[in-house]
Amino acid sequence: MSTDSGLHVPGYVRDHDTHPPLDYPGYKSTALRHPKRPLTLLPHMLTEITSPVLGQDRLGAHDHDLTRQHDDEPQGQRIIVHGQVRDSDGRPVPHTLVEIWQANAAGRYLHTSDNWPAPLDPNFTGVGRVITDAGGRYRFVTVRPGAYPWKNHRNAWRPAHIHFSLFGRAFTQRLVTQMYFPDDPLFFQDPMWQSVPDEKARERMLARFDHDTTEPEWALAYRWDIVLRGHEQTPFESEEEVLEDDE
Amino acid sequence: MSTHPTTPAQTVGPYLHIGLPWPDGPFAVAEGTPGAVWLRGTVHDGAGAIVTDALVETWQADPEGRFDHPDDPRGARSLPGFRGFGRCPTDASGSYGILTLKPGPVPGPTGDQAPHVDISVFARGMLHRVVTRLYFPEEEAANAADPVLGSIADPAARATLVARREEDGYRLDIRLQGENETVFFDI
Ligand SMILES: [Fe+2]
Repeated sequence: MSTDSGLHVPGYVRDHDTHPPLDYPGYKSTALRHPKRPLTLLPHMLTEITSPVLGQDRLGAHDHDLTRQHDDEPQGQRIIVHGQVRDSDGRPVPHTLVEIWQANAAGRYLHTSDNWPAPLDPNFTGVGRVITDAGGRYRFVTVRPGAYPWKNHRNAWRPAHIHFSLFGRAFTQRLVTQMYFPDDPLFFQDPMWQSVPDEKARERMLARFDHDTTEPEWALAYRWDIVLRGHEQTPFESEEEVLEDDE
Repeated sequence: MSTHPTTPAQTVGPYLHIGLPWPDGPFAVAEGTPGAVWLRGTVHDGAGAIVTDALVETWQADPEGRFDHPDDPRGARSLPGFRGFGRCPTDASGSYGILTLKPGPVPGPTGDQAPHVDISVFARGMLHRVVTRLYFPEEEAANAADPVLGSIADPAARATLVARREEDGYRLDIRLQGENETVFFDI
């Protein structure tokens, strides 16, 4: 709303409790890559409550199906990964870009810096993109990624995961994260997983096996719902809500 | 209204190049667009070393301070050929470059904000993005009245957000830690 004193827009909730700290000694590479000065509070104004409107033109024909991007099918267990993107008010986030990337079934990335002795798969690139539908839903077909070693500590292994990138509808909602699989035995030694301070919050990175979505004689399925920041509650809005409840 | 807890952030890791760069990512406008400027810079870590595996994203208003977005109370306005969003991985020299148009002033709660570009930096070794802003050196009066720059008391810290003019655009180096550390925002 525009007034004489300027333009006020509703801000988004600040959800610091959810996220890992930038300085986390258990993940060694954070040492030289975290700011030491305290962060400066940025009030949410127009640039922060808007974001690019990205459409279907960003998608290629097989971007939603990572098993159909080559002449033949990749090795590994075929899975459907799907879910709903909502905000913390419970509202679906429709028509927003979801990007994923992942290792192949053997735990190897198609990347020049990944040289560990596991095979590449000529039929797997490991990149996917979709736009959520009107109800905020997304769906990929892929193969279950393998675990892979890294050099953070002796005998360090990353639990199987899929990298996710989301835009939401505001700059404040931008989120890059990782989806994990239930019952992975590697969480106990993974600093990425453990960097999230609250155990309940860690579980929100966990997909669940979804038998209802499996396809007979074709694919297993996992469901992972993602929650982006919603609007900050203002006294005015709560009042409005009470009125609505009365009606 | 019930509040649902949000999903935690995780690092982009070392292999972000598989999933995130777009061929047209660095081009918020096409090459040859009249008035286009390059926003360039180098990302450094706390030891001063260049960061060659970061991703820099930019988001900004158009030259008239408008956004193509339904939540702008002035109404969405699209400027054909202008995306407002840029995305560029840092290269072997730790540098990013985004071709865009200089934004106009954007209204804020206490008057106009100086022309600015919101920047996110993602990288291996960063469990969450960091967010900063780029301001323009020739906007001295607008910068002096900008509420965000004005909230930073230390002039040297404030200066980390003001780009340098270059022949075909502007340069803003980003220092993640240490001497001349860039001001990052709690967003
Ligand atoms: Fe990974």
